[in-house]
Amino acid sequence: MRRIWDTPGGVHPPDNKAQSLTSGIGQLPLPEKLILPLTQHVGGAAKVCVSVGEKVLKGQKLASASASISAAIHAPSSGWITAIEERAVAHPSGMSAPCIEITCDGEDRWIECMGYPDYKQATPLQLRNLIADAGVAGLGGAGFPSAAKLDRGTHMPVDTLIINATECEPYITADDILIRERADQIIQGIEIISHLLGTPKTILIGIENNKPEAIAALNQQCQGTGIEVVSFPTKYPSGGEKQLIYILTGKEVPSGQLPADLGMVCLNSGTAFAIKRAVIDGEPLISRITTLTGEACDINRNYEILIGTPVSHLLEQNAFNPDLCSRLIMGGPMMGFSLTSSDVPLVKTSTCILAPSHTEIPDGDPAQACIRCGLCAEACPASLLPQQLYWYARADDHERLQAHNLFDCIECGACSYVCPSNIPLVQYYRSSKGDIVNARTAKATAAVARERFEFRQVRLEKADTVRETKREARRLATEQAKITSPTTTQSSGSSAADIIKAAQLRGSTRQASPEQQKAKLERTLMAAEMRLKEAQQRLLQATTNGSADQQTQQLASVEAAKRKVEQTAQRLTEVSH
Amino acid sequence: MAFKQVSSPHSHARQSTGQIMQLVLLATLPGLLVLSYQFGWGLLINILIATISAISAEALILKLRNRPIEFYLRDYSAVVTAVLLGLALPPLAPWWLVVVATVFSIVIAKQLYGGLGSNPFNPAMVGYVVALISFPIEMTTWVTPVSLLAADVSHPGLLESLAIVFAGNSPVDGVTGATPLDLFKHSDGLLVEQIYQNNSLFSAASFAGVGWEWANVAFLIGGLALLKARIFTWHAPMAMLGTLALMSMLFWDGGSSNSPGSPLMHLFSGASMLGAFFIVTDPVSSAVSNRGRLIYGALIGLLVYVIRAWGSYPDAVAFAVLLGNFAAPFIDNYTVPRTYGHGQSRRATDKETSE
Repeated sequence: MRRIWDTPGGVHPPDNKAQSLTSGIGQLPLPEKLILPLTQHVGGAAKVCVSVGEKVLKGQKLASASASISAAIHAPSSGWITAIEERAVAHPSGMSAPCIEITCDGEDRWIECMGYPDYKQATPLQLRNLIADAGVAGLGGAGFPSAAKLDRGTHMPVDTLIINATECEPYITADDILIRERADQIIQGIEIISHLLGTPKTILIGIENNKPEAIAALNQQCQGTGIEVVSFPTKYPSGGEKQLIYILTGKEVPSGQLPADLGMVCLNSGTAFAIKRAVIDGEPLISRITTLTGEACDINRNYEILIGTPVSHLLEQNAFNPDLCSRLIMGGPMMGFSLTSSDVPLVKTSTCILAPSHTEIPDGDPAQACIRCGLCAEACPASLLPQQLYWYARADDHERLQAHNLFDCIECGACSYVCPSNIPLVQYYRSSKGDIVNARTAKATAAVARERFEFRQVRLEKADTVRETKREARRLATEQAKITSPTTTQSSGSSAADIIKAAQLRGSTRQASPEQQKAKLERTLMAAEMRLKEAQQRLLQATTNGSADQQTQQLASVEAAKRKVEQTAQRLTEVSH
Repeated sequence: MAFKQVSSPHSHARQSTGQIMQLVLLATLPGLLVLSYQFGWGLLINILIATISAISAEALILKLRNRPIEFYLRDYSAVVTAVLLGLALPPLAPWWLVVVATVFSIVIAKQLYGGLGSNPFNPAMVGYVVALISFPIEMTTWVTPVSLLAADVSHPGLLESLAIVFAGNSPVDGVTGATPLDLFKHSDGLLVEQIYQNNSLFSAASFAGVGWEWANVAFLIGGLALLKARIFTWHAPMAMLGTLALMSMLFWDGGSSNSPGSPLMHLFSGASMLGAFFIVTDPVSSAVSNRGRLIYGALIGLLVYVIRAWGSYPDAVAFAVLLGNFAAPFIDNYTVPRTYGHGQSRRATDKETSE
């Protein structure tokens, strides 16, 4: 039996999982339209590779990964691209973002899929590209592109692979039901990941002990695979990546670092399933398991939904009663965010749609004063002092907030959950984090601007001194001239000859010293030579694949450049002698 | 369709600040009952006067501060302050003493700092100390425990008590007397054994001092109940009692004429248990982290003993708590807990930024 480490803090909210587990994974009828945001993951938005009006097949790539941390997006069903534009997406702010809209043709016809059932023959790079191409991103809720997580290039070798099947959020049962019904495929996925990572020494599946059926299913499938199923007491938030790593290994991920720095990789069980699909069946990530629950819906169960299905479609199919609903939550009751509209699509990270009744999740009472009772500190899984963070957040004391490790807050909400004064603590922390990040950016920008300003000042001063010396030299020269030719001064500029003489004098004083002239000519020569070289290159191109016209043109410019070089060289020799 | 926008988390535990305060009030009941049995109606009258003054003062200031009165009164914090003060002030004290102490607690020590949660000092203890310094005679006149009353004397009845409190009538001779700590303090040059033999306050006691010992036991029971209900953690009260016990053991010296008294006497006399479980645990004015609360509690325990043994006040909980309140922010600075993923804990004033 593996040792389990107990995390500090944590809370035990009622788990409310039974209601959505009365039936297995269901399928929804095809929605009329699917809306696919280009950003459904952490990292850069995907780059669209289709155009409006195009006919696409199920599984066809619509947008490709744009950076090393990004994920491709595929058509969840066949149909036509009817729009590529800004649409409201599922986001706490209710914002809009670029989306691809598919109007389904109802045929649901697959593109040809190329699986790789013999994955053991593939190199890690091939497998990773396969996973990247399938657009797999963390399905536990964070949406980190899996291929990037499985990149071993920059980190130490992975000796521990942790599969997160904790699902500690109340209400959500997506992982639970997926394990119950498809544990074999999850294990296949884990074996692929293990192969890709060079068979880590330890492979653990972490799961809370409130899912006995899922644990039994996993145990059955894991026999003889070397994969260890570790169940531990239910406590929120055990499913946080950092918390789970501590529970299973007793190691802490150092602040500001990644599990990979400890030689660990942690993936959600649903992601393992998606990886199996991507590699063995060649199917990209176009669907996921989402829990629909809450008393405002008559039917509570899990669905295998197509990515891009509008939330409203899901609700309509399940006898949703808007009058009963106190709020609409994407995710769980602890970390989920409220949706302002049900017209947004479900995405890769949508673990759950929770439509609670007013009795289930009533509107909160107004916040009372903080009495520093410390219940929040008792509940904090990161051993922070939420009550102190709250006071400093209210005072905008960024220094103290950082000294109290605000950025180690995982926003699990345990502190707000227990707060007897009903203070929205997490909201304060989010806001303060944003403020601090903005202040840092502003500071960095200001520093750059200051540097540039100071540099400019120095440059201007230099130019001033140079001008001043020149002016002084000119003045001296004029005085000298006055002394040497007193006659000119007498008839002060009355005759044309005098004026010419004065002008010549000015010209001679203005004329730079021979060194300066030489330097200038050298620069000109260099530039001319460069231009000549470029012109010759262009000429070469033109002769190989250009028209006759272009050739003549380029020839002329080469000649001109040659002439310029010759002239400059000649003048340079004159000056140097 | 539009839905309400609410910040996570969406679920909340069902315990409110008002409920916590009510639990604290409930937990004072055993102590209140024992004290009332031992010392008569005086304490109940104290609590009544204090509660009325506290609520009125709080409501008045809230009105002046343009705050919703009912909303803030419902947190019951004023009532808790009033009850604690009423328990600490001597029974049969004149009404104006209770009013002055309470109004000072609520208005000066609490509301002027910004109300509940913002006060650096424990309001009840501020009120108590103000009364103690301003009216030393009234504050040191205690009622004799019921079992030590002479055969023909009894505690004044309710009406009689009201007359004493409001009309200034003097209580019958023999009804008032010293407290055990007071008596012990003013028995210089006697061996502890002699003090115990000469005074029925000690000789008739089971283990500490007549009347007080059982009141302290009752407060201990109430406090343990709150501990069990997780209203506070064990750190501050246990550190305070532990340090008090340790100090009194160290300096007990077998009961010579210089001995400051036995550990049992210190733990179960005066406001030891009331202080440990109802005053030191006041979260607003104490240190915040568990480690900080250990130090904070120990400091108060130490100060209680030092003032009792070598100071000029027989009981010292109020002074010790206020001094502890002073030190709390300083303690906080050095006792920030170690955060997950950090090698060691940081100071609250750490300037280095890290992500």
